[in-house]
Amino acid sequence: MADIVLDSVIKRYPDGFEAVKSLNLNIADGEFMILVGPSGCGKSTALNMIAGLEDISAGELRIDGKVVNQIAPRDRDIAMVFQSYALYPHMTVRDNMAFALRLAKVPKEEVDRKVQEAADILDLNEHLARKPANLSGGQRQRVAMGRAIVRDPKAFLMDEPLSNLDAKLRVQMRSQVARIQHRLNTTTVYVTHDQTEAMTLGDRVAVMLSGVLQQVGSPMELYDHPTNLFVAGFIGSPGMNFMPATLTNGTARLPMVDVPVPAAVRERLGRQPDGRNLIVGIRPEDFEDAARVDRESRDRGVRFRAKLDLVEAMGAEYYAHFGVGANPVRSEELTELRDDVGGVEETTESGGIVAVARLSPNSQARTGEEAELWLDATKLHFFDAGSGQALTNER
Amino acid sequence: MEHNSPTRKTLWIFAVIGVLVYALVPVIWIISLSLKKPDSIGDGSFLPTQWTLDNYTTAFKTGFFTAALRNSIGIALIATLLALVLASMAAYAITRLDFPGKTAILAGALAITMFPAISIVGGLYNVWRQIGLYDTWIGLILPYLSFSLPLSIYILAAFFREIPWDLERAAQMDGATPMQAFRRVILPLAVPGVFTAGILAFIAAWNDFLFANVLTATNASRTAPVALSYFTGASQFQQPAGAIAAGAVIVTVPILIMVLIFQRRIVSGLTAGAVKG
Repeated sequence: MADIVLDSVIKRYPDGFEAVKSLNLNIADGEFMILVGPSGCGKSTALNMIAGLEDISAGELRIDGKVVNQIAPRDRDIAMVFQSYALYPHMTVRDNMAFALRLAKVPKEEVDRKVQEAADILDLNEHLARKPANLSGGQRQRVAMGRAIVRDPKAFLMDEPLSNLDAKLRVQMRSQVARIQHRLNTTTVYVTHDQTEAMTLGDRVAVMLSGVLQQVGSPMELYDHPTNLFVAGFIGSPGMNFMPATLTNGTARLPMVDVPVPAAVRERLGRQPDGRNLIVGIRPEDFEDAARVDRESRDRGVRFRAKLDLVEAMGAEYYAHFGVGANPVRSEELTELRDDVGGVEETTESGGIVAVARLSPNSQARTGEEAELWLDATKLHFFDAGSGQALTNER
Repeated sequence: MEHNSPTRKTLWIFAVIGVLVYALVPVIWIISLSLKKPDSIGDGSFLPTQWTLDNYTTAFKTGFFTAALRNSIGIALIATLLALVLASMAAYAITRLDFPGKTAILAGALAITMFPAISIVGGLYNVWRQIGLYDTWIGLILPYLSFSLPLSIYILAAFFREIPWDLERAAQMDGATPMQAFRRVILPLAVPGVFTAGILAFIAAWNDFLFANVLTATNASRTAPVALSYFTGASQFQQPAGAIAAGAVIVTVPILIMVLIFQRRIVSGLTAGAVKG
């Protein structure tokens, strides 16, 4: 077990492309750190550099206080779970798990004991004599985990280990991974492009975009206080709604309604010049069917009427889609989000913004009808229209 | 689509029989010849009227044929093994590493296979006599290598390319040195490729007549195909056809055995374990 420190680590390819730009990250001993971002953001490159499978162009990587830039992967004492699992097809499950120990010349009894232990944890006992070809996807995934566990390494590196599983199994394995990590308390760096995995698994989450670290923090920190438009839009599903707004005399003018900004929010915002162009972000759950808002909450927000284009029943909630009557906001980061992440789709309709509201299951809202919605003014997120940086974040 | 309609089936049966006859009649003919008495060679019947193993005993009684067989087996085996060891390392480097001159090496390898053997054999004869490789095993192994290496490299490179790179990275993470990763993970997975290349290299070396004929002179290194041409009849006026046929059958046997042994390993397909779900 050990801490991992990335100190201004840079990955530059021979053609001059920088996949990772001056990455600073402190991963504490026993911490479960998630690297998340759209494809091509440099998260896997960063992981491979920690593993030693890619050279570090500049900067320093320390594991357990020791600089390991020049140390071969086999001497770093870290285990990796690959997206493809990379099981050795010609070896049985037992041999797959024992391979590293045998290479390390561990005595036979100890190898057997450790493999047995890992097989117990992962429920692989009856499959030890089988070859990977005869295993299901979930079993292969567990063998890949087992191969890492048996070694009792300083750290686990996981490169999208669940992305080849079907949806149901993925949720199941996700909790198993979390449980195993908690039980072994081994430092873990986990790469994923799935924000749900990032939110549910990590002690802390590092969001990356185009090789640049955007924000590091606990899942709730990222959710409640995103530092910029990208993090705000990337974390959360359905994604945050963005719309243009102007701020005048303490009133935020949104496309569908004027919102008097509560004193607490104003304080956090600091002094802003009148008429400043902003982008406002609203999480779907900060909307509600006006009829379902209790009396105490009602004063915190404003009501407005909207025609619901589409109401999706999810059982525990409704997702109501409605046009807000403004053209989509243009921002570099939002474009990145829409380009890279299929999850945050641009639901335009006659060129306008479509916002998604999460309504109570008791709501009477129906597709095609007009409804009165309520918006929680204390939960508004403000971003600078030019830089995309959050304005509500100065804490 | 109807796959098993009766007409289709009969057509298939006829086609298969046709191919079998075309391929097997010459073989059976040679075997039949080898079992005939010398004076009934030209009797025109397809099967021998009187069966005899005399031709085989004469073939082995002439000392030079047994020596030639020994040479053939030794030279072909050594050439094959060397080709496999060198080719697997070269193919591995070509598929996994990026180094200057990589394409030049591949192009060069391909160019060598296209070189007509007849055009170099004369020069080789002179060179070999000068440096003392004439009529030695090495003198034959070297040219065989130069022709079987490019082919083996191509075959093995194709197989290595199919092996996911993640496996090697996994081995590295598991603490393997590059050599250990190659020997314990990559090579076992390329076994079908190794055998395919091996059989082809062996057959090429075994069947060669041109080099063996020009570069050998005595029992020290003369190979079986050449030795066959040295068979003579019992008397000057007798056709040695029976003995030659017997020799030809004997020469075919080792290849048959090789292919039968390794056939299953070749067919058993590539990464039988796959990688993903």
